[in-house]
Amino acid sequence: MNPIKKLFDNIRPHVEEGGKFHAFRSLVDGFETFAFVPNTTSRVGSVNIHDAIDSKRIMSFVVIALIPALLFGMYNVGYQNAVAAGGDTSDICALFLYGLLAVLPKLAVSYIVGLGIEFVVAQWKNEEIQEGFLVSGIIIPMIVPVNTPLWALALAVAFSVVFAKEIFGGTGMNIFNVALITRAFLFFSYPSKMTGDDSVWVAQEQICGLGYNVPDTFTAATPLGDAAVGTAMADPMAAIYGLIPGSIGETSVIAIALGAILLLWTGVASWKIMVSVFAGGALMGYLLQGVAGNPLEWWHQLVVGGFAFGAVFMATDPVTSARTECGKWVYGFLIGVVAVLVRVLNPGYPEGMMLAILLMNLFAPLIDYCVVQRNINKRAKRAK
Amino acid sequence: MAKVIKLRKGLDVNLKGKPSEETISVKCPGEYALIPDDFCGVKPKVVVKEGNAVKVGDALYVDKLHPEVKFVSPVSGTVSLVERGDRRKLLSVRVKADGKQEARSFDTKGDIKALLLESGLFAFFRSRPYDVVANPEDKPKAIFVTAFNSMPLSQNFEYALKGEEAEFQAGITALSKLAPVHLGVSKKQTNKALTDAKDCTVTIYDGPAPAGNVGVQINHISPINKGEVVWTLSGEEVIFIGRLLKTGKVDLTRTIALAGSEVKKPCYAKVLVGQQLTTLLEGNLNEGENLRIISGNVMTGVKTSKDGFLGAHATEVNVIPEGDNADEMLGWIMPRFGTFSTSRSYFSWLMGKKEFKFDARIKGGERHMIMSGEYDKVFPMDIYAGYLIKAIITGDIDRQEALGIYEVAPEDFAIAEFVDSSKLELQRIVREGLDILRKENA
Repeated sequence: MNPIKKLFDNIRPHVEEGGKFHAFRSLVDGFETFAFVPNTTSRVGSVNIHDAIDSKRIMSFVVIALIPALLFGMYNVGYQNAVAAGGDTSDICALFLYGLLAVLPKLAVSYIVGLGIEFVVAQWKNEEIQEGFLVSGIIIPMIVPVNTPLWALALAVAFSVVFAKEIFGGTGMNIFNVALITRAFLFFSYPSKMTGDDSVWVAQEQICGLGYNVPDTFTAATPLGDAAVGTAMADPMAAIYGLIPGSIGETSVIAIALGAILLLWTGVASWKIMVSVFAGGALMGYLLQGVAGNPLEWWHQLVVGGFAFGAVFMATDPVTSARTECGKWVYGFLIGVVAVLVRVLNPGYPEGMMLAILLMNLFAPLIDYCVVQRNINKRAKRAK
Repeated sequence: MAKVIKLRKGLDVNLKGKPSEETISVKCPGEYALIPDDFCGVKPKVVVKEGNAVKVGDALYVDKLHPEVKFVSPVSGTVSLVERGDRRKLLSVRVKADGKQEARSFDTKGDIKALLLESGLFAFFRSRPYDVVANPEDKPKAIFVTAFNSMPLSQNFEYALKGEEAEFQAGITALSKLAPVHLGVSKKQTNKALTDAKDCTVTIYDGPAPAGNVGVQINHISPINKGEVVWTLSGEEVIFIGRLLKTGKVDLTRTIALAGSEVKKPCYAKVLVGQQLTTLLEGNLNEGENLRIISGNVMTGVKTSKDGFLGAHATEVNVIPEGDNADEMLGWIMPRFGTFSTSRSYFSWLMGKKEFKFDARIKGGERHMIMSGEYDKVFPMDIYAGYLIKAIITGDIDRQEALGIYEVAPEDFAIAEFVDSSKLELQRIVREGLDILRKENA
């Protein structure tokens, strides 16, 4: 017998009801189901065989799809730090290592706080651990500026896991995207840490002797920050490679595209939503060219800021997006439209993707309602 | 020429152990059982006592609410056991066969409905809404007969039909006296007895499973509205009627498929409804593994045991490994080349026409409905399956009606349950929903 299997079999009696360590049942359960495919078989009265797909596999593939953007983001953190300090940008390894050290604590805080709450809730409700936070947990550090304080991040993660997810009933029942609620919480509670010219976008200090200390006078702005004050983009191609200041994982369109290919190929994310978000953004970008001092061309809107990242990884969240096939087109299109609308016409918010997705999360059930109601009306008419 | 309906949604799973077209003879075993659970929606009242002698066609129990609906013995012999479970629920009535097959004679001249009721064949009629045994007082708007099974490892009805074409047609003609008959035929079927059947409207269906489900066929021809009733029947049960009309005797012989990866020589066998599986399976199963024996097919059938009995509606017996002793490591990330999935996150799409071996594991934990559109891809009806399931879970009866619960049966959700990544027990949810709705509307 497999020794790991044996280990779990030995632990099991202690965490069962009445065991000494019953409080850790959900934890052990969680690890065991990750180590081994559960071998419970189907009950009488339900289908006898099952497809091998389960939510662990799906969530794992989303995490894999996020990895290119995360790794590039780490490198970019190091690169931006070196550029700001006027240092050497040729040693890719050193830049990456610096970025890794800067990002890792955020990743750790996000997972420890979020999964910690998940484990406690699962134990309390006597349910299995749900995998949803595996994805949220990696997205959260990727959509915040590198200088976000860890305490604020911890607070925001706790808030969103409890109030955006668990009180609705856990993964699959939430109305809003958990990662975006985390960002919204930070954005509205600690605006000075999240946006503006307070050089939040570039790491300022040496870590373990790596990187550079950036002079206090330094300020950096993202292309969207520039655009909000009417400055045109210096180099739109840089936004496609991703060597610009911005939230950790959102800058490189190429790295995001790699993830998008995996998600579309495996069918985990809806291509309808992805395509329609870009279509909506492009259309609105085109209509608003030059309006209200907007210096960006239509396609710039699609490559700067969190647009691509949001379209690929967050608008497509199956739980909070529209669930009907027609509804997905409308839902995605309106996200693109609203995101660019907020960017261009609202001077207070240089970036609109977060608000656009959250707004459409709210409207997704309404869109679905209209689509489903058509089917219901057809049936009602037939009965007459 | 019959109308052809092309179905795009659905899924054909390529399973190992398809039956070869040869029929083996099976030694008659001693005991037969008629299981009330196979007849949904019936409150059985036993009308025999242990030790009574019965002939083929003698009632073993009747429906308490409609005593004219009889459930008859498939064999002649003596009643050996009236098996009861918790709260005296009737589990089965068993008959020890005497091997003579003495049958009661029926007068086939009179009213066809009265004949069907008296001979026990009416018990095989199912009605929608609710997918329960038909109520003889109902006036159905139509009778739907499906002449093919589309589920994996199921019986090929065309093969079972061979030699009994006349009985089949006689059965259809008899049904047409009760209500208009619709016959659903597969594109692959060429037997003239099916494609050119008389006294009925033939419709040809072209598409993957669950195209053979009568519910799918109804939804495309004449969807059920609130207040309407249709009766449904499978092809083999039409043959039962034909045999009765021809000989005046009840003959519940089926040609079932014995299939699945754990059957040594998958084939067909002529057996009686309610037959004990022991002799059928003896010597034909792979040794060693922990097996799951299913009365019915892998998608909709019921788990039973080696000494279990063939269900009343089962047209096949499938045998697969149980799989509860498997310990597959790190399944969430391993490539798992030999494992079938509709998702491209596995690599079964690379394997071409490979036949897959399935065990009975659920292969995941139950979750809330996370992914969207999964059910709709394999649910070829004009119904939002996911929304209907949610309405059933939340017990919202008005919404269930609005979303079309009267048109569905649990079996229509079998493929959706198979592909569901949240591992919800859709068939059970639908069955419970229908039962509650029936009680509310009674």
